[in-house]
Amino acid sequence: MTRVGVVGIGHGVFGRRSDASVQELAFEAYREAVQDAKLDPAEIQASVIGAVPEYHKQRSVGGVVQEYLNLNPRPTWLTEVACASGSAAIRTAWMAIRSGMHEVVAVIGCQKMTELTTAEILALMGRVGDVQWESVFGTTFPGYYAMFAQRHRHEFGTTDEQLAQVAIKNHYYGARNEKALFRKEVTLEKALASDPVASPLRVYDCCANADGAACVILAAEPRAREITDKTVWLDGLGCASASMSVLRRPDLTGLPSAVDASRQAYAMAGIAPRDVKVADVHDCFTIAEIMAYEDLGFCGRGEGGAFVAERQSYIGGATPVNVDGGLKAKGHPIGATGVSMTYEIVKQLRGECGERQVPGADVGLTHNVGGIGQYCFVHVYRRD
Amino acid sequence: MSIVFEWFGKVSYSPHTKIADFARHLKDGRLMASRCRQCGYVSFPPRADCPQCLSGEFAFQELTGAGEVVTFTRIDAAPAGFEDLAPFVVGVVDLAEGGRLLAWFGDTIPEGDIAIGMPVQVVPRIFEEIEEIKVYYSLERPGTSWVKTDSS
Repeated sequence: MTRVGVVGIGHGVFGRRSDASVQELAFEAYREAVQDAKLDPAEIQASVIGAVPEYHKQRSVGGVVQEYLNLNPRPTWLTEVACASGSAAIRTAWMAIRSGMHEVVAVIGCQKMTELTTAEILALMGRVGDVQWESVFGTTFPGYYAMFAQRHRHEFGTTDEQLAQVAIKNHYYGARNEKALFRKEVTLEKALASDPVASPLRVYDCCANADGAACVILAAEPRAREITDKTVWLDGLGCASASMSVLRRPDLTGLPSAVDASRQAYAMAGIAPRDVKVADVHDCFTIAEIMAYEDLGFCGRGEGGAFVAERQSYIGGATPVNVDGGLKAKGHPIGATGVSMTYEIVKQLRGECGERQVPGADVGLTHNVGGIGQYCFVHVYRRD
Repeated sequence: MSIVFEWFGKVSYSPHTKIADFARHLKDGRLMASRCRQCGYVSFPPRADCPQCLSGEFAFQELTGAGEVVTFTRIDAAPAGFEDLAPFVVGVVDLAEGGRLLAWFGDTIPEGDIAIGMPVQVVPRIFEEIEEIKVYYSLERPGTSWVKTDSS
């Protein structure tokens, strides 16, 4: 079987980027990826763009990105599955290559989230749940994860301090990542004293919106080895969905789509959870990272709070997680996030992460969630 | 023909639906599930189309509204249209007759008393302070009573 691997990676600076349009953000990441692969752009046969359209004033944002990257008239399409749009782009690029249709495909995840006014953001925020039965009661995105957290606390005794430990870890590593939005460490006292958002979640339990882009270039096996000798292979892919409505979820202590997607990805790659040496998981809220440890099998159900409190997700622990700062400290430009995770894992497997390097990282994983788990993509990467 | 489902919720986002009469029944004081006329599948929230046998034939079936709290949160940062209510507490409830529902806690349950596992009564409500017809349901202490009227 033809293997598909990542031959080039690029990443812009995440943050409030009032200096740049969405296509300019995309270009920053694209340029870096093309230069990283030392590739003639003429060799890129197609692009897949991950973005969530409703944040951009430009309708059909993929069109303006494709034009600005000077990739016309090559084929392009956009993937949208909320915050997992970037990973959906990677999955479809992998499929396009494995089908034999294309040999080299560029994946661009990009999102400009600060074009909207606060009023527009507040209006969007009110429509994340099922609009017919839930949004009519004013539910919010943090509100859903807060209800997961409340249930997790009820069943397993997960504490506010354990939630805050996720933020402390991710800010610790974010402070050491030059591409991150927040480059400052946070203390337990400060995290616990921050303003309430949706109980038990506080400001420091939530990631921040950001503008940004990331790019990876995928290629099929024989060609990939000609392009570079540092290809990182995408050997396991899993994808699953779960109900839009929280009312159709029997278990509110985890994301069933993440459990399903990870089992598929592990089986395809022929590995077990303990084989993962480094992971980037979807920590849109601190509770989301704790549930991810459990859904991915890094620890048992209900043990996620202790896992982070005992530093098992730090470098040196059982499974280092989000040692790039995660969504929490890096910022979360939603279409870019899945590609940003991939950028980090590829760098880790190449051994290029400096003081944040996980020693001996040969197998890495990304876990990218859309919405409140309506969609989940899990990818397993391996170096030669 | 008026769009009856616009009545449901303080803000109505998606009023076009085949189960629009749910709002009319709620206004009359009745909480309705859907029941498939072919295979008997019961759903709350109600749905017009059966996920089991694919039939589009359904009937409404009244629920008692008895339930138990599964989870809850106090929302401080409210979305557009709900700022005047914040902070408010929403809860997810397992209904005794099957299905789940999300709603605000009403006046009969002080915030400090709210706990996972507590029994509640789902009560049909009308927004008194809003001039147009606006209906919802709230989570109240078991035994709370309300008025039922004949279909208008």
